[in-house]
Amino acid sequence: MRQFLVFVRKECYHIFRDRRTLLILFGMPVILIVLFGFAITNEIHHSPIAVLDEAQDTYSRRLTERITSNGYFDLYQNLHSVREIEPLFKKGAVRMVIVIPPDFGSDFYHQRKAAVQLLTDASDPNNATTLVNYANAIILQYQQEITGHPALPLTIHTEVRMVYNPSLKSVFLFVPGVMTLILMLVSAMMTSITITREKELGTMEILLVSPLRPLLIVAGKVVPYIVLSFIIALIILLMGFWIFSMPVKGSLLLLFMECALFGLAALSLGVLISSVANSQQTAMMMSMMGLLLPTMLLSGFIFPLESMPLPLQLLANIIPAKWFNIILKDVMLKGAGLEQVWLPTLILGGMTLFFLLLSIRNFKTRLS
Amino acid sequence: MQPIVVQNIHKRFGDVKALRNISFTVEEGELFGLIGPDGAGKSTLFRILTTLLLADEGTATVNGLHVVKDYRSIRRQVGYMPGRFSLYQDLSVEENLHFFATIFHTSVEENYELIRDIYEQIAPFKKRPAGKLSGGMKQKLALCCALVHKPAVLFLDEPTTGVDPVSRKEFWEMLQRLKQKGIPILVSTPYMDEAVLCDRVALIQKGEIMQINTPAAIIADFKKPIWAVRARNMFHLLRDLRAYEGTDSCYAFGEYLHLTLHTGIEDAKAWLTARHHEDLVIQSTTAGIEDAFIRLMQEQNETV
Repeated sequence: MRQFLVFVRKECYHIFRDRRTLLILFGMPVILIVLFGFAITNEIHHSPIAVLDEAQDTYSRRLTERITSNGYFDLYQNLHSVREIEPLFKKGAVRMVIVIPPDFGSDFYHQRKAAVQLLTDASDPNNATTLVNYANAIILQYQQEITGHPALPLTIHTEVRMVYNPSLKSVFLFVPGVMTLILMLVSAMMTSITITREKELGTMEILLVSPLRPLLIVAGKVVPYIVLSFIIALIILLMGFWIFSMPVKGSLLLLFMECALFGLAALSLGVLISSVANSQQTAMMMSMMGLLLPTMLLSGFIFPLESMPLPLQLLANIIPAKWFNIILKDVMLKGAGLEQVWLPTLILGGMTLFFLLLSIRNFKTRLS
Repeated sequence: MQPIVVQNIHKRFGDVKALRNISFTVEEGELFGLIGPDGAGKSTLFRILTTLLLADEGTATVNGLHVVKDYRSIRRQVGYMPGRFSLYQDLSVEENLHFFATIFHTSVEENYELIRDIYEQIAPFKKRPAGKLSGGMKQKLALCCALVHKPAVLFLDEPTTGVDPVSRKEFWEMLQRLKQKGIPILVSTPYMDEAVLCDRVALIQKGEIMQINTPAAIIADFKKPIWAVRARNMFHLLRDLRAYEGTDSCYAFGEYLHLTLHTGIEDAKAWLTARHHEDLVIQSTTAGIEDAFIRLMQEQNETV
């Protein structure tokens, strides 16, 4: 036991004396969260628009007010002629122009229909669609307000409620995603690197020619990283909570247990890699290509799995991150308990056990 | 009981035969040297004996324990210093020593007696990271770490390679002192002059042992007269002597050339005089261990 503790302490010296390791361990999660939370986002925030209001009546002015007052759109300029539109788009100053034709108010009341034109800069098609959808929704709401509830003609009224994430914040998707990514990075990549470093520097030779059992060597190297990944998971959760007010609706205990399970899966993958790789460089490339990329692409964190071709969807099933991502979302956003997430937990647990046994079996008690 | 017994060990890596039919024994309290050039197979042999590699054929025992079956017990008893500096560079001298003491279930204090002479030399730098020590200091620290658990057998793989001459001398003095404490030591080195410091040496080349004997016996075996020759232009001298048909061997040795002949020295002298060498000195000298080794190596090269 004393041997083990001394080994763990030695491992901590390695971690805390290497500035690069520290930077990866603690800088990375913070940077990723901030990046995904603020910078890389597909939401509409204060998009600049221009309005060409040719009606200039009460209704048109109230419509403009409605559109520009909710934080999604900012009024960049009021236009006076159609000719001003083109240069504005060319300059990239606005993303959308709203054209309200003359007699907007009277047409609305007397002919019971009025037109509004939305012009968008579709050089970024996704963005343009989102902008139009937002604007449409606001206009529709405005229409209902001024007409009240029309008794006739018959209408189907769709009432939409975005459950679990009412304001459609993408950060709610990214926090679990980043957590998956970081746990994978710290647990798998860092352990595979730290074990191959001993091989590369030749210290593994001395460790093997000592009373230390191979299992103890691996455990001693892995334990500090388990603790670290726990701390990092906590940092990510706290950042999500304080900066993005991301709730954790489910049980915190369950969440941590699941994190530990996934961490263990990633660690055994790391040990597995280190039993194959002989240099730190190889270990790093293997974890990048074999673990990080699939985790990014096939876990449903950035690209929805449902819209992928079937072979890729099937492939995603063997990626532990996919299951962990499902668990995280369910527990954090839906407040699911173990009875809801038992299946992905079981699959993840099975994978962990498999990788763990495989990596123990593969660990070499000799040099070759 | 003989601390190390090696019997007919063979080892190949792919097509390369690293070791061929290696057999030798190391006696109680003996300082046994394994002398040979780089790539002779010394490190492979060390790794087989320290249970890190498996031999293809043959058996070996360390302290009476079989290197394959009892590898776990062997690992508990031996001290091993690999050829490459293999301590933690980012840990300080003290931390390294303490770490290795603990993983061997002991403490620095418990066996301080054994390492005191060596440790006192590096003690002034005990707070320094091991990676920032000089070459000689590193080897002394590595020796301390290999000794700290009072090993039954000590394996030192090229401990003096890359170390300055003064530190090399000190290092061998330490080995003599350890020998007096009764620890059998197997040490390898590419430096032939270190062979005389061992009790017995095995000369190894291309994976084969050429001779095993005491250094004195190896030197005594060398019966031919040796001539030390020098002139102002040593390069031309060497070229001319190698071209001379009566020459058996001629190689640089310090500031002289060592020459063996199968003709009389007077003929050689005449050959050189005819080639106008200035300041020519030819004198008889006694054979050293290097002369013996070089002849053995040449013999092996000729038979292959």
